[in-house]
Amino acid sequence: MIISTIAFYLFAAMTIASAFMVISAKNPVHSVLYLILAFFNSAALFVLLGAEFLAMILVVVYVGAVAVLFLFVVMMLDINFAELRQGFLQYLPIGGLVGLILLIELILVVSGWALSPDAIRVGAETAPVVSDLTNTEQLGHVIYTKYAYLFQIAGMILLVAMIGAIVLTNRQRAGVRRQNIAKQVYRRPEESMAVRKVEPGQGV
Amino acid sequence: MVEFWDVYLLPALIIVGQILLIVVPLLVAVAYLTLYERKVMAVMQLRKGPNVVGPFGLLQPLADGAKLFFKETVVPTGANKVLFLVAPMLTFILSLIAWAVIPFDEGMVLANINVGVLYLFAISSLGVYGIIVAGWASNSRYPFLGALRSAAQMVSYEVSIGFVIVTVLLCAGTMNLTGIVLSQKGSLGLLNWWFIPLFPMFIIFFVSILAETNRHPFDLPEAEAELVAGYQTEYSSMAFALFFLGEYANMILMSGICTVLFLGGWLPPADWAIFTWIPGIIWFGIKVALLLFVFIWVRATLPRYRYDQLMRLGWKVFLPFSLLWVVLTAGFLVYFDMIPA
Repeated sequence: MIISTIAFYLFAAMTIASAFMVISAKNPVHSVLYLILAFFNSAALFVLLGAEFLAMILVVVYVGAVAVLFLFVVMMLDINFAELRQGFLQYLPIGGLVGLILLIELILVVSGWALSPDAIRVGAETAPVVSDLTNTEQLGHVIYTKYAYLFQIAGMILLVAMIGAIVLTNRQRAGVRRQNIAKQVYRRPEESMAVRKVEPGQGV
Repeated sequence: MVEFWDVYLLPALIIVGQILLIVVPLLVAVAYLTLYERKVMAVMQLRKGPNVVGPFGLLQPLADGAKLFFKETVVPTGANKVLFLVAPMLTFILSLIAWAVIPFDEGMVLANINVGVLYLFAISSLGVYGIIVAGWASNSRYPFLGALRSAAQMVSYEVSIGFVIVTVLLCAGTMNLTGIVLSQKGSLGLLNWWFIPLFPMFIIFFVSILAETNRHPFDLPEAEAELVAGYQTEYSSMAFALFFLGEYANMILMSGICTVLFLGGWLPPADWAIFTWIPGIIWFGIKVALLLFVFIWVRATLPRYRYDQLMRLGWKVFLPFSLLWVVLTAGFLVYFDMIPA
């Protein structure tokens, strides 16, 4: 029991510390690496909660894919770090305001101040029944039955975003020589070779 | 005090002991995999391979290790020192921690977790960080290019690996690796393993793990003709050795995953008495060694892919095909009411 309490405070403290380092690190690459550390510690918190499926998905999706692309982009950026730091104080009030609003909202939600009896009833209804099912199965039972349409809509939104990104960035350039593998495979010797009789001193 | 010993210290010591029981044989296996590779390649190319150090060259891996150990670690002046040294450790650690969930025999597993497959998938998708951090921290052109290539390559092939895993999960009905192996148990032996009904997915998975471990013919991150040695150009001594160990441990790991998912893990190929006498861990080892042989066979046979061909294969061939196969498998299982409970 005491071990899991210590583990919780360790992971929570690490999450907050690395989240702070994300915004305060001088080098953007270091920021991304701290972000990855924060993701990891949040995954560990999920494991402590017994939500191992969510923990693994967090690592697979955010650390394994999203953060790789972040790192990929940030590493190739040509940034003047000194220039980047100049605006820091200038934007501090706005950033602080946003942070403050988020903090207040979190406090309101967590302290249960906004929860009406109706909301509590609905929450209790949708909570998966505690049983010997693994939490992967429990999630599946809820997502694919009660929330099937919402789940599909979420998928459609992602699809639209993906197609939008492709449409916006795709441009046809002239003069690009592409390899057509099917064409190469179907090429016959008769079409591409010709036997010529070359006279001495003439050339082809 | 007695309670502290019983509840915390003793289990911790037992776990450390189990970890050592996995890691030490694994490192020996990695060392001898290098010899295995050199010997098999030598036979395929009509050479003798290492045969001077020890009988049949059996001490060659130890000599190589000792040589690397006594070399000087050179850190380039412009390198980011901390990340430069962290990258090889990261690669090495990631290749070791995945072994925690691999079942070597029934019940012979360090952590029998419910989401074993997802854990392996997560760890293997982290492998790219060692390489990309190494390439960036070296502050040099060739390593950086190698790292970028590798990041793109590993992200691309992970997608189809994910779909292959989903297909196996659909058929097995569990994410627990022991459960997946047990779902392949049946009176038909070999024919019950998933590589028969899911044969195309088995092939896709194998080709994808070649790309995922940066092995031939997809070893573009370290293509020596273009990039000197890719992301490991600036590394020497033990830092290089850790990359090397990590790469080979990853090969064994991926073969192990392939064995668990498709080749029936520790199960014998038939239910005959002579096969069931052999312990499961030996069967597991034989299957892994067989897959590793194919890794080496491919390396000795095929030329390296060009970068655009690699991307085409991943995104335009494997991804649509594996996606289609997931839909077909799911449809088949639903239509014939064969979904495992």
